Amino acid sequence: MLEALTATSLAPLQRDRTGAAARTVAEPSVATGGTAVSITGLTKRYGDKTVLSGIDLSFRAGEFVAIVGRSGCGKSTLLRLLLGLEKPEGGEIRIGGQPAPRAGGDVARFIFQEPRLLPWQRVLDNVALGASRTVPADRRRPLAQEALKEVGLADRGGEWPSVLSGGQRQRVALARALVSHPKLLALDEPLGALDALTRIEMQGFLERVWKHQGFTAVLVTHDVSEAVALADRIVLIDGGRVALDVAVPLARPRVRGSAEFGAIEGQVLDRLFAGR
Amino acid sequence: MSNATQSIEAGGFAANAGWSGQLWLPGLIAAASWAATAVVTVALPDVVPWGSAGLFAILTGAGAAALVVLALAVPRLGAAGRTIVHYGPWFIAVGVWFFLWELTTAKFGWLPKPFFSPPHGLLAVYVAEWERLLICIGYSLRLWGLGFFSGIAVGFVVGVALGWSKGFSYWGMPILKLIGPVPATAWIPVTFYFFPTTFHASIFIVALSAGIPVAILTASGVAAVNRSYYDVARTLGADSRFLVLKVAVPASLPHVFVGLFMGLYYSFAVLVVAEMLGAKYGLGWYIQFQTAYSGYANVYATLIIMALICAGLVKLLFVGRDRLLAWQKGIL
Repeated sequence: MLEALTATSLAPLQRDRTGAAARTVAEPSVATGGTAVSITGLTKRYGDKTVLSGIDLSFRAGEFVAIVGRSGCGKSTLLRLLLGLEKPEGGEIRIGGQPAPRAGGDVARFIFQEPRLLPWQRVLDNVALGASRTVPADRRRPLAQEALKEVGLADRGGEWPSVLSGGQRQRVALARALVSHPKLLALDEPLGALDALTRIEMQGFLERVWKHQGFTAVLVTHDVSEAVALADRIVLIDGGRVALDVAVPLARPRVRGSAEFGAIEGQVLDRLFAGR
Repeated sequence: MSNATQSIEAGGFAANAGWSGQLWLPGLIAAASWAATAVVTVALPDVVPWGSAGLFAILTGAGAAALVVLALAVPRLGAAGRTIVHYGPWFIAVGVWFFLWELTTAKFGWLPKPFFSPPHGLLAVYVAEWERLLICIGYSLRLWGLGFFSGIAVGFVVGVALGWSKGFSYWGMPILKLIGPVPATAWIPVTFYFFPTTFHASIFIVALSAGIPVAILTASGVAAVNRSYYDVARTLGADSRFLVLKVAVPASLPHVFVGLFMGLYYSFAVLVVAEMLGAKYGLGWYIQFQTAYSGYANVYATLIIMALICAGLVKLLFVGRDRLLAWQKGIL
């Protein structure tokens, strides 16, 4: 973590990490720190259509990056490549200095737009699915219970997913992703299917969990205000290239409607529409 | 007859009203219809004697007395009382049915012996033949149990393989679709050659009739599982074993149960034929034996037993399904 922060040449966005560190002492099972990611010359084609052409990006360990762009700009593809769900035609992804792992490792986890819980498994068992394969089977449920506590659903473990609300289900999906303490969390429009009020609630919630666990977060969203509210940095993808890469130097928790908030939102939106 | 129509009208009215003060009116009407059956059974002579008329009158009379007691006690019985009230119109219908059945068969002889039997004719069969029928039930359940359970076990495994593996499906699905519609009984000549005893051949036929619908529906269930579940399980590091056992199989269970219900009905229908193959006991064997001697009352009595056993097994299967598929409650 420290190494990553000092190694980076980008303007460091200091976050107050003392609170998280203090809690970590009390709960030794909570992993801290994320992992640095470097992407060089990443290219992806589907048939004749080039979706990504030579993307160069690097994320610092523990950074919260939002990737925005219009539908079909390749932002979700970038995320799938990052997690090893698809193979690139060219370029390289290194996570923590290592070549990107195949899907199924413990370093990275994915949150989809829909929670995708297995409806025939109880909430606790759904979360336990996320536990690392290296953890013995009888240790997975206690870990899952801890993860459920982290997302504020400690008492719902025995229920079927079908009785939970949309927001609660997405929190269970988050717990399932966090139970293995990933160093990289990829989120593909995780709040897109929720109503406006639940969305804002969940954004604050996501921010708290990220602060607590310190993973590197890569959030794909089409909602610029969500990106400004959550991210350290906003990357705009347009035409398969990085069109804008802007830091969000606002103190957390961020106040929507403040002048700085609006300025950054305006800057990203202007660039988004300029590409039209 | 006028008695009966009155009962029906009053029953319909009472079913709407449900209660009449502290008295359960449909219960009294039902008691009247049952009592009428008892009276008719002893008061009028049989055209041709059937036996057990006295016992039938005692049973229906006792039923009538019990209904009178219930009519008075139901308001104080709580949940059980509400269940009884719910079935009130059925108590009336059964009483009226017995009454008409008695008159048209034994008393007036409009539906003659041996093709038809009055209710006390069936009772006479149970009284005279209960030992032999019990043995037959035991034999039939043994054959059915061995056939059904081995059939659904093989059918389920084959179905999962067909739904999961493309190669298996390529070769297996056309064959299954081809032999699926062939009646299980058509295999009898082949089974005689392949199986050491006729009992094994019978088991095979029952197993085949139960296994094929289970295999087909399991295969379609496994093949229809939402791909996104596999996707998410893979990102969490799940192996193929997990994907089959924890994703594909549970997801396909609703389909599998449809197959099980079909297999249950088919296997029961086939049971009668399977017991043609050199059986010495069994409900199917008994039915054929009695048909040959025009013992139709015995046939009806046995059919009732088979229907009750089948209905009981279906009920059991429903209970099992509701337990295993409890997760569906919020979804459906």
